[in-house]
Amino acid sequence: MDIGSVVENVAVELLRQAVTKLPRDVKEALQRAHREEESDVGKTQLEAILNNVELAEKTDTPMCQDTGVIIFYVKAGAQAKGLDKIEESLRNATKRATIKVPLRPNSVGIFTRKNTGDNTGRYVPYINWEIVPGENIELTAFPKGGGSENVCALGMIRPGEGLNGLKKFVVDTVLNAGAKPCPPNILGVGVGGGADIAMKIAKAALLRPIDQPNPDPEIAKLERELCEAANMTGIGPMGLGGKFTVLGVNVDHANRHPASYPVAVAVQCWAARRASARIHPNGTVEYLTHKVV
Amino acid sequence: MAVHKLKTPISEEEVRKLKVNDVIYVTGTMITARDSAHKRALDFFKEGKEIPIDLQGLAVFHCGPIVRKEDDKWTVVAAGPTTSTRMDLFEDEFIKAFKVRVVIGKGGMGKRTTEGMKKYGAVYGAFTGGAAVLAAKAIKNVRSVEWFDLGMPEALWILDVEDFGPLIVAIDANGNNLFEEVQKKTEETRPRIYEKLGITAE
Repeated sequence: MDIGSVVENVAVELLRQAVTKLPRDVKEALQRAHREEESDVGKTQLEAILNNVELAEKTDTPMCQDTGVIIFYVKAGAQAKGLDKIEESLRNATKRATIKVPLRPNSVGIFTRKNTGDNTGRYVPYINWEIVPGENIELTAFPKGGGSENVCALGMIRPGEGLNGLKKFVVDTVLNAGAKPCPPNILGVGVGGGADIAMKIAKAALLRPIDQPNPDPEIAKLERELCEAANMTGIGPMGLGGKFTVLGVNVDHANRHPASYPVAVAVQCWAARRASARIHPNGTVEYLTHKVV
Repeated sequence: MAVHKLKTPISEEEVRKLKVNDVIYVTGTMITARDSAHKRALDFFKEGKEIPIDLQGLAVFHCGPIVRKEDDKWTVVAAGPTTSTRMDLFEDEFIKAFKVRVVIGKGGMGKRTTEGMKKYGAVYGAFTGGAAVLAAKAIKNVRSVEWFDLGMPEALWILDVEDFGPLIVAIDANGNNLFEEVQKKTEETRPRIYEKLGITAE
């Protein structure tokens, strides 16, 4: 069995799943928001989003024309075979999915200013590696849209401000973003580590389903508090006013240098696209977020 | 929240009746235009050259669609709105020159466009960001594509649409701007949120 080609085929399928169908938790959160939104205008936006999501599912079409920059998360079992093939497989999968799904070509060279046309390029697709015990390979496709990416923010706040400083930074980020990131949004908040670590864990926090609070009750409380605070802004769906500016907030943390207090906010649009699968050593595949028809 | 169904060509009188928060659906002819198409159209106008279509009473959509060609026929696959503020540079002149009556996009537009809409009679209809399949469904036919040299997203696509919407009137022809109103209100929430979180402003 050629693990490289299994990975490639699974990754093409994950990209298709991700851009055509929302994960269960996000869809349910949008449905709940639609039921509970009090602003008439806000409600029309959530209704349009839900209609659009239905249509995308039914017609197997990308739910948004911005199919994002392609990011993968790989949990590679230390005993898994063929790990050296994965990077090439994921690049090939990205090229194939660009034609097959289709995905919009979203990879532009910084100095050439040329769009490569196939969603690959330097560091693209980006692969986040994690070595874990065992022999399985777990893959997550995470296409990330540009509109919400443009309002992500990093703050190196003063440690003396502590948690209050963190909360203020998150609220300020939401207020500054306004209508731009296509709300209702999901916020990944990473605190601690260093500048890079904070943003990395902030983005990875977006992989956790929004109906799963942080297992630490203190942090879960902070997540609820930040969520309520963001929704007090009244920005609402698409920035047209309403109760639902965010659907959820996921927080992760790392220990910090005594002199540093990095806070990163990764902003995700309503089209929160992610799809995961586990590949076993014998080549069997379990799809974890989407049912395969 | 009144609902209006508009058919192109739309008269100035018709758009002047629309108010912010109204919902509109557009049937008829719509073009897509982003930064480059706006610029070229205005350059043509200044040089006295004809643009490919008479835009009077039509709708212009800020959109870079994914379009597929099969058997010589174009089909729009996905066509969500792009961020409209980039077109603030051109839109008042564009409305003045070509008399488009409905401008469609996401995220709203600024003061200059708001004034232009008041002066020359047009509204801004906000289409739900990302709702690309919903938009594509209302596009019944690609009549033609012009200025394809600008690239697929930037080209001027001439489309037949049916009940294109829902569009929220976010800028009306009387100088009201819903996005600005919401922004002003949200800014006022800042001290209340700080207070609730126990943050003391320095």
